[in-house]
Amino acid sequence: MSRGTWLVGRLLQIIPTLLLIGVVVFVLVHLLPGDIVTSMLGDHATKQAVANLRRSLGLDRTLAEQFVLFVRNALRGSFGDSLAHGIPVARLIAQRLPVTAMLTAMAVVIAVVLAVPLAFVAALRAERAPDIAIRVAFQVGLSSPIFYVGLVLLSVFAAWLRWFPVGGYGSGFLDHIYHLILPAFALALSLSAILMRNLRAAILGVIRAEYVDFARAKGIAARLVLFRHVLRNALIATVTLLGLSIGSLLGGAVVTETVFAVPGVGRLMVDSIFARDYPVIEALTLILAVVVSITFLATDILQMVLDPRIGR
Amino acid sequence: MRRLPVSLLVGGTLLLVFVACALVPGWFAPYNPDAFNYTALLARPSGAHLFGTDQFGRDILSRTIWAAAVDLQIAIFAVIFPLLIGSVIGLFVGWYEGWLDIVFGRLVDLVVTFPFLVIVIAIVAILGPGLVNMYIAIATVGWVFYARLMRGEVLVQKHADYVAAARGLGYSTPRILFRHILPNAIRPVLVYSVTDMALEILLGSSLGYLGLGAQPPTAEWGVLIADGKNFFTQAPWTSLFPGIAIVLAGLAFSLTGDGLASLFELRR
Amino acid sequence: MNELLRVEQLGVVFHAARGRVYAVDGVDLAIAPGEVLGLVGESGSGKSVTLRAIARLLHEEAHITGRVLWQGRDLLTLPARALEQVRGAGIGTIFQEPMAALNPVLSIGLQIDESLRAHTGLDAAGRRARARELLDLVGIADAASRLRQYPHEFSGGMRQRAMIAIALAANPKLLLADEPTTALDVTIQDQILRLLLRLVSELSMAMLLVTHDLGVVASTCDRVAVMYAGRLCETGPTAQVLHAPRHAYTDALLRALPGEGAARARLQPIPGMPPRIDHPSPGCPFAPRCTHAEPRCDRERPAMQDVAPGRASACFAQDRLGVAA
Repeated sequence: MSRGTWLVGRLLQIIPTLLLIGVVVFVLVHLLPGDIVTSMLGDHATKQAVANLRRSLGLDRTLAEQFVLFVRNALRGSFGDSLAHGIPVARLIAQRLPVTAMLTAMAVVIAVVLAVPLAFVAALRAERAPDIAIRVAFQVGLSSPIFYVGLVLLSVFAAWLRWFPVGGYGSGFLDHIYHLILPAFALALSLSAILMRNLRAAILGVIRAEYVDFARAKGIAARLVLFRHVLRNALIATVTLLGLSIGSLLGGAVVTETVFAVPGVGRLMVDSIFARDYPVIEALTLILAVVVSITFLATDILQMVLDPRIGR
Repeated sequence: MRRLPVSLLVGGTLLLVFVACALVPGWFAPYNPDAFNYTALLARPSGAHLFGTDQFGRDILSRTIWAAAVDLQIAIFAVIFPLLIGSVIGLFVGWYEGWLDIVFGRLVDLVVTFPFLVIVIAIVAILGPGLVNMYIAIATVGWVFYARLMRGEVLVQKHADYVAAARGLGYSTPRILFRHILPNAIRPVLVYSVTDMALEILLGSSLGYLGLGAQPPTAEWGVLIADGKNFFTQAPWTSLFPGIAIVLAGLAFSLTGDGLASLFELRR
Repeated sequence: MNELLRVEQLGVVFHAARGRVYAVDGVDLAIAPGEVLGLVGESGSGKSVTLRAIARLLHEEAHITGRVLWQGRDLLTLPARALEQVRGAGIGTIFQEPMAALNPVLSIGLQIDESLRAHTGLDAAGRRARARELLDLVGIADAASRLRQYPHEFSGGMRQRAMIAIALAANPKLLLADEPTTALDVTIQDQILRLLLRLVSELSMAMLLVTHDLGVVASTCDRVAVMYAGRLCETGPTAQVLHAPRHAYTDALLRALPGEGAARARLQPIPGMPPRIDHPSPGCPFAPRCTHAEPRCDRERPAMQDVAPGRASACFAQDRLGVAA
């Protein structure tokens, strides 16, 4: 099998996945107990109001019709209007998604920048003081809920030291970055703990590999041995882990954005739940799952680029 | 007898402390956790109130101790249903393989594309906030991970000699599955469930914080932190100490899980 | 004798969690320019550890003592940068498992280029030309396109050729070869051995060949050193050692061969338990399995003694063996 065929096969795999994601979200919203219309309008709504809303949501049709309508609308990117904001859901999400994208991207960068050197130190000093200190610190990080880390960062660096704003998003690119540094740190902490643990194990696995000894035997500089032979090979597995972490990152973004009042899709999700803004909840669940599956696809492709053994 | 791993000793000790707090909070808590005290509003930590008081003068230490019962309950109920459902499904998937396994594989691929927290809060949003609905939401998705683990164990165990012997004796499939394979395959699943309890405490307190899990006035660590967050500039202790309790409880479970894994020499 | 490499009283102790393992103990070796020295022994005899200790490739839990003299300098105490210059440029190394020794995610071309970049002043074009030349040298056809390929695209024999090409990139004067044919098919083993011998003579290189195959030793080595339980048993010209051993272990080894040792054969088991290198005996480690053992063999360690010009043996029964053969 050529790598081209492999790639096409992998690209095609995403179609059934996307379809199934649609089914799940549809089932979630339409079949779970609890009537959406009642919860949206409350128990005292008139029969007429209920009937109108049911019609406008398409709930008066058969399930099959509703599903076809749902898929067609989703493909067009039309999710109806937000009940709370009164603007099309698609536009609302389009405004908020870049904020979350930036937040998660910054968190990934911070997590990698923290995890890689520390994993290196921990692996090279395995079972000695620096390793144990780093592992204990990261175990604590792994056990700290994001909202709590966020609050601590807020009270120390924003409220007390006043180095950073207490929340919001600011205006202009650099200001956005400035506003997102603390939230990104909060979001990055547990990811970096997972990355560091995984990378440390990967480095320990690789550092005794024959090809590393062979590279040393060639007399190339120790720095090259470490970066090109040890780290590069260890990172291949870590890249996969990073891709797989996108789900928990987006979940974490929901919490982080709430704590720091960042106007991203995570905050929108929580607000929509309290506002019973079901079209937004439905669309967000769908879109976030699509983002995850596209990230998985991108991870697999990146993996193929990094590891020549894949797809041959 | 192998030496007990340090992580198991530390984690287990911490865990005992939390279990004691959860079982008999009255022995440890110096005050009634719900008693208002208008003479000591937002009092800073002192000899009288080690962790300080909140905006109603309630003792934070007592509230944190009483909340242990709720959070340990979250750890148990958020894990036990996925564990039971997932183990049974995993047993059958691993035993029969075939089309069942293919369907299961697709299902796993599908479930992991939904961010866990997002799908859980989406389900909670539809069912309505509260602990019971949170357990339902977690079980709806979480069983998949247990089933995957159990399936893998069964795939290994089903080729063991004792299974061939049981088949030779003409035992029924359910009997082989539940009496013979289950006891041999369950250990890694149980060890994982301990680690999972750490994650569920974090998840449960996060939902509590967001207002989607335990509902006030229930004393739950996440709820306590949410209560205190409006005062964190002038009275950081209101949120600080319940948060430390979460971190320590998370550590207790994850260290215990790690320790058990290395005690039983499980691959991770 | 004009020496390229001289190993004096080499000792390697592994500090493991469960105790110490005495892998190599008091080994003396010397290799002359252009010479092929075979280092032979059962698995666990310390021969591969000796080879890795010479190039200082062992990891930190290995404590190395003694001296490894290369051009008058002790490699064991050489600073890291100076050692890097000796490795590759002075001493090339090849391993047993080419699949494990080649980095799976780097192209063969890059893995050759690394050596050239480290040890030659060639520019990019010069290095590319030299890499092609190296693949030609080791008998890999279609060098230009092969350089772009990855290890998993090579067959077992081709991988071993590629590894040899990498090791030879900077024209080393000594090649350390750690069981270079063990992992290969029998038909390919001969090709690789012949290739190594041809390269040794064409490039006037010396080689330390570690093997457990007496047939390989007989057909390739000028001199041979026999190891048992981390210690050297005897050294000498290959023909003399194999025809008239002066150490009871070599003797037992040869007797265990089917067909009087002429045919290619792996070492056969000798009756008795293999030695424990975690608790070295005060005497000769082979004594418990030795048919020539005397009471003092358990207590006293026989010293290495010259038994003939260019031959040495560490065995109390050395004279009796000469007669028996």
